[in-house]
Amino acid sequence: MELVGLNKETVNQISEIKQEADWIKEYRLRSYEAFEKIENPAFGPKLNIDFSKIIYYKNNEQEDKIKDSWDDIDTEIVDELDNLGVLESECHLDGIGVQYESEVIYHNMIEELKKKDIIFTSIEVAMKEYPELVKKYFGKIVSNSENKYAALNGSVFSGGSFIYVPPHTKLDRPLQSYFRINSRNMGQFERTLIIVDHDSELHYIEGCTAPNYSESSLHAAVVEIYVGKNSKCRYSTIQNWAQNVNNLVTKRALVEENGTMEWIDGNIGSNITMKYPCCILKGDKSNGTCITISVATNKQEQDTGARMIHLGKNTRSTIISKSIAKNGGNATYRGKVDIKKNATNSTSLVKCDTLILDNISKSDTVPTNICNNTSSSIEHEATVSKISEEKLFYLMSRGIDKERATELIILGFLEKFREELPMEYAVELNQLLKRNL
Amino acid sequence: MNLVIKDLNVVTKDQEKEILKDFSLEILPGKIHTIMGPNGTGKSTLSKIIMGSSDYEVKEGDILYNGKSILPLTVDERSRLGIFLAMQSPISIEGVTNSEFLRTALNERREQPIGIYQFMKDMEQGMKDLKMDSSMMHRSINKDFSGGERKKNEILQLKLLKPELIILDELDSGLDVDSLKIVCDNIQEYRKENPTCSLLIITHYTKILDYLIPDYVHIMKNGKIRKTGPLDLAKQIENCGFNYTEDVSELVTNE
Ligand SMILES: Nc1ncnc2c1ncn2[C@@H]1O[C@H](COP(=O)(O)OP(=O)(O)OP(=O)(O)O)[C@@H](O)[C@H]1O
Ligand SMILES: [Mg+2]
Repeated sequence: MELVGLNKETVNQISEIKQEADWIKEYRLRSYEAFEKIENPAFGPKLNIDFSKIIYYKNNEQEDKIKDSWDDIDTEIVDELDNLGVLESECHLDGIGVQYESEVIYHNMIEELKKKDIIFTSIEVAMKEYPELVKKYFGKIVSNSENKYAALNGSVFSGGSFIYVPPHTKLDRPLQSYFRINSRNMGQFERTLIIVDHDSELHYIEGCTAPNYSESSLHAAVVEIYVGKNSKCRYSTIQNWAQNVNNLVTKRALVEENGTMEWIDGNIGSNITMKYPCCILKGDKSNGTCITISVATNKQEQDTGARMIHLGKNTRSTIISKSIAKNGGNATYRGKVDIKKNATNSTSLVKCDTLILDNISKSDTVPTNICNNTSSSIEHEATVSKISEEKLFYLMSRGIDKERATELIILGFLEKFREELPMEYAVELNQLLKRNL
Repeated sequence: MNLVIKDLNVVTKDQEKEILKDFSLEILPGKIHTIMGPNGTGKSTLSKIIMGSSDYEVKEGDILYNGKSILPLTVDERSRLGIFLAMQSPISIEGVTNSEFLRTALNERREQPIGIYQFMKDMEQGMKDLKMDSSMMHRSINKDFSGGERKKNEILQLKLLKPELIILDELDSGLDVDSLKIVCDNIQEYRKENPTCSLLIITHYTKILDYLIPDYVHIMKNGKIRKTGPLDLAKQIENCGFNYTEDVSELVTNE
């Protein structure tokens, strides 16, 4: 079935399809009210979204259960996912979940994790099976009135991952979720909640694609992450949406004492992206890192960056942003570091580098740095450069043709990001860049 | 390899400055040629022109490599033809490792890409020959390399890329006495294995010429070769400076 257009009735219908608890339904309705009130962001790219044309929910009625074997899934979809490399990537992971349109269709993880009491499932299943756990964190890290698209997500969310890592637990390999949009005008509104309890560690990877249609699609996700005391969470993603998808995502982590949150965030696809992964450094000695790259070509607008809110004492944050603009693309860094009054002895380093490949492309750096105590400091560096003729000459003088030499220089520019990726993804990134630049 | 430079007139790209004026020079197969000349006379410019740099424009004249003009060729094509320029100040490129770079460069001139094992072996051997630290393989090209390390890195590339014409632009600057010897020994070794390979050495000092004994010494001034002679000429320059040549330049014709 398919729900097109947005009103209170759509919200109710989604809630009914999911047969969910009242508190969730109420949450949806409150979110919808907020959505109606809140305007589009006053900053960044001009958003022109016709909310009446979007499909807010789409599923396969015969298949309403999440499978843990590919054999049980429609072969057409399996082939499609296989072509995208999803099945192959499973062997490098401890667990994988796949969402197709609005619903999670596949979920599997290795036995050891089940023994360790790690939970990795869809948000809907979690809401039914672990209601108390979900209720404690859901909507507490990102509020449903945060911005228009967080509110939209709150009202129509469907799918997304739920992960719980119990105390003193480390995973050897990453968990991954894969999101696929396949229909025209599709809106995907997954909702991810990750809880890394104290003294634990998780690496989570998110992947996504969609075919290119002339009608635009919308991806408005919300990701909430709780990083407990002495814990570490790394969230890596390379978004490669087709260039007709508007990607408006709210991602936020709350970090407790001595915890570490790392966002590794690549933006290559999509039409307009607005995404500023955030760390709320609540606990003393907590750390936040965000390494982002964005590549804007053709009419793409990548409005990305990071936010670091320092509340605890002795907190540290690092933002490294690398943008590339080509062929009339616009890659803008928009970030905020806010060191509050009580966050004494804290430091933040912000480094933004931009590479502009021609004269018709644009890039901007819009940093907001606020430091409200005298024992803390924010360091900010920004550079804008072109592909240097001198570097090209050097590489070419060793027999490397211009195209390949340019590619090497671009990959070099992105090295700080590339080296943070697992091997398979670094290779995939190289290929993506080759295709897009 | 034979290189003929004929009546070359070269200006900067912005047409503001004339650097080479009616410059002619022939580099003979298997021979070592040296160019000496005051600062700013156009020696590095000459080397970059041969390599095909787009910072300059050739107004007149021609450069023939084994009888064929290379002026229409791009920088990378000239490299693959067999020209190698060890630069006066090699730049650094962040994020591109030495090994990634060299493997790409090697593969661009091969039909079949080189196997990773073979490549590592060749590269390690080359670094050992040059007494380079093997960790440099995985570092960004010349990033945080000392002056001497950069020069050695140029010669490492040379050893792997196997050129037919080697231009050394002030290779000796930045190398300590021991390193200079090591590097020159490596070049001599390479020449022995490739007897038709020619060498053009741009230098201010004769020390390097003790190891790489030139067949011809050319004195360049104001964008032109003023005098050509044997090794002695280089020694005279080192002792008496370039004014000495100016005096006699009218009397001695170019070869
Ligand atoms: N791209 C350029 N634009 C403007 N002037 C240039 C350019 N390249 C070289 N020149 C000038 O041309 C002259 C020749 O420079 P070049 O580097 O060839 O000298 P050189 O003989 O190698 O000197 P040195 O012995 O100091 O290395 C110098 O005066 C230099 O300033
Ligand atoms: Mg010079």
